[in-house]
Amino acid sequence: MAGHSTYNPQNPLLKWFEARLPIGGLIHSSFIVFPNPRNLNYWWTFGGILAFMLVAQIATGVVLVMHYTPHASLAFNSVEGIMRDVNYGWLLRYLHANGASMFFIAVYIHIFRGLYYGSYKNPREVLWVLGMIIFLLMMATGFMGYVLPWGQMSFWGATVITNLFSAIPLVGEKIVIWLWGGFSVDNATLNRFFSLHYLLPFMIAGVVILHIWALHIPGSNNPTGVSVKDKQDTLPFHPYFTVKDAFGLVCFLILYCWFVFYLPNYMGHADNYIEANPLVTPAHIVPEWYFLPFYAILRSIPSKLGGVICMFGAIAVLFAVPWLDTSKVRSANFRPLYRQFFWIFVAVAIGLGYLGSAPPEGGYVIASRILTVYYFFHFLVILPLLGLFEKPLPLPASITESVLGKGAAAVTAGAPSAPQTK
Amino acid sequence: MKTLTKSIARLTFALSLGVATATLAGGIASAAEEPAAGGHAAAEGETPHYPMIKPTLESWSFAGVFGRFDTAQLQRGYQVYKEVCSNCHSMHLVSFRNLADEGGPHFSEEQVKTLAATFQVQDGPNDAGDMFERPGRPSDRFPSPFPNPQAAAAANNGKAPPDLSLMAKARAVERGFPWFILDFFTQYEEGGPDYIHGLLTGYTDPPAGVTVPPGGHYNPHFISGPSLAMPPPLSDGQVTYTDGTPETVDQYSRDVSAFLMWAAEPHLDARKRTGFQVILFLIVFAGLLYYTKKKIWANIAH
Repeated sequence: MAGHSTYNPQNPLLKWFEARLPIGGLIHSSFIVFPNPRNLNYWWTFGGILAFMLVAQIATGVVLVMHYTPHASLAFNSVEGIMRDVNYGWLLRYLHANGASMFFIAVYIHIFRGLYYGSYKNPREVLWVLGMIIFLLMMATGFMGYVLPWGQMSFWGATVITNLFSAIPLVGEKIVIWLWGGFSVDNATLNRFFSLHYLLPFMIAGVVILHIWALHIPGSNNPTGVSVKDKQDTLPFHPYFTVKDAFGLVCFLILYCWFVFYLPNYMGHADNYIEANPLVTPAHIVPEWYFLPFYAILRSIPSKLGGVICMFGAIAVLFAVPWLDTSKVRSANFRPLYRQFFWIFVAVAIGLGYLGSAPPEGGYVIASRILTVYYFFHFLVILPLLGLFEKPLPLPASITESVLGKGAAAVTAGAPSAPQTK
Repeated sequence: MKTLTKSIARLTFALSLGVATATLAGGIASAAEEPAAGGHAAAEGETPHYPMIKPTLESWSFAGVFGRFDTAQLQRGYQVYKEVCSNCHSMHLVSFRNLADEGGPHFSEEQVKTLAATFQVQDGPNDAGDMFERPGRPSDRFPSPFPNPQAAAAANNGKAPPDLSLMAKARAVERGFPWFILDFFTQYEEGGPDYIHGLLTGYTDPPAGVTVPPGGHYNPHFISGPSLAMPPPLSDGQVTYTDGTPETVDQYSRDVSAFLMWAAEPHLDARKRTGFQVILFLIVFAGLLYYTKKKIWANIAH
């Protein structure tokens, strides 16, 4: 995807093929020789981890669909059939259900990494917006996937979230009936959610290709935020970053497996082991954990329409971050004030997540209102003003200088091209 | 590596900040909820919090990394289920054949055939178009004690007894902060059986001033109110064990809770055994990758 290809196959068959469809060259230039900044830390391994999780979710999902029945009166029992009677069905389902959570853990780390190191800034705005589109699609996919087991929380979560659209003036009620395909969440709703839950991951895969394409135009940002200036600032993707990403991925898989094999229902909700019953409302309707910060924002606003606007606004504002942040310096390592505000924001986001799971009463409501206001304050006031008032620390002249210190840069020039072979 | 350590230190700091905020919020909230404590009718529209007594953490053979079901306990638990629970509760996701499963009660095939035959199962229609009753076969699901939920409700004070197939996973008392974080490290996933055991052994006389609705039975361990329709189901000596295990309510309750955990999660043994192998492999693999990475990057400052 970047520049001319240095791919030069010797095998005549590969040569023949490459002349007709240069896909080998594409892979070679994108994932073998692609130059990455040499100073990337482990927070940069989450891109690869996310790619892995998408593939894992599609693979487990496709097999689950072979055993699942998308019908209001059969879905719950078909999932239990998978858990009990399908060979390794319990493993597939727990991998898929916990995989969704792990996907979101990774994407939140990936997003916060982007926020910390200013990866959304010129020239990576489109890359960031594509990432946000992926995030939105992931949320839609996760939400619809949670409905499919047709437990109590599936049903009532779907009811609450689709009902949000009724807050739209004039046409709200009509839109909700159109979404449901009836006058309540029922079989028609389950069927369309199933269809979309199968479709959206492939749309995500499509946007991921655009995301990687947009990444490979300017190349990766790095912990200093200083742009790549010459060849010694970078290392080829393989073997340096393939091995680093692989190590990061395997560590991540250990955490994933800890959940799958020992705490498979830790991130789920017990009520979802009760079959959906439109006549019995659960005591607390709580969405999956990864929606909780947004759910807290929704509930903190006393008006329904206001709450819906704020909830969607909380996501929309993320799209605008490249233009809200006025600072020219990318990395928070060189922005002493922003660095502090960043960590306060992380704490606020986690706090909102906790409040989203708490009952909407008493001090919880007051706390979520305060944190909601701060959430928007961070993006709409702090980010724009900070760039104008903050005095950034002196930036290193180059990535190599930041790694080796001044003057040492020339000594190891050329070393990156040959990995140690002893 | 240094940046990573620094980043982790910062993350820890931020987490503690978030936790502090949450605790503060919780503190405010619990102060506001004071009047609701004690399980009396909530004042000023506050939601009362049930259960009034949270489950205590019992010791289970199937807890932890090397947790396995205790076959003898599951067999006793099945006996309690059969002789007591199954009079009112269905367990429609479990088949008789499952009773022979390894990692389950592990009855012999012959025993399961005999067990199944003690139940009458409706089958049909036959060639004449009639439904008929026949003795159960291992491939049958456990038959429900009532023909339909309405009949179950009519016979039980207006509320059908819930199905028990998933009971041990379908009830979870909120753990709250900081326990839910510690649970991640201690692998606590026995909230269901802990709750069931607490409930079955938790019936008491209501305290003075608390009136129990007609047909209700006071139990401060009940998850969604001060009383429930189910009368205390167990009494000492009710079920005769053949292996010399004490015939007490406490023991019956432990055995049947374990049995219900198996009914809800029949592949728990296989899950934990596979998990140990998978994680061990991943740790070794991660170690190899770490040293490979170190070697490849050995002369590269980064």
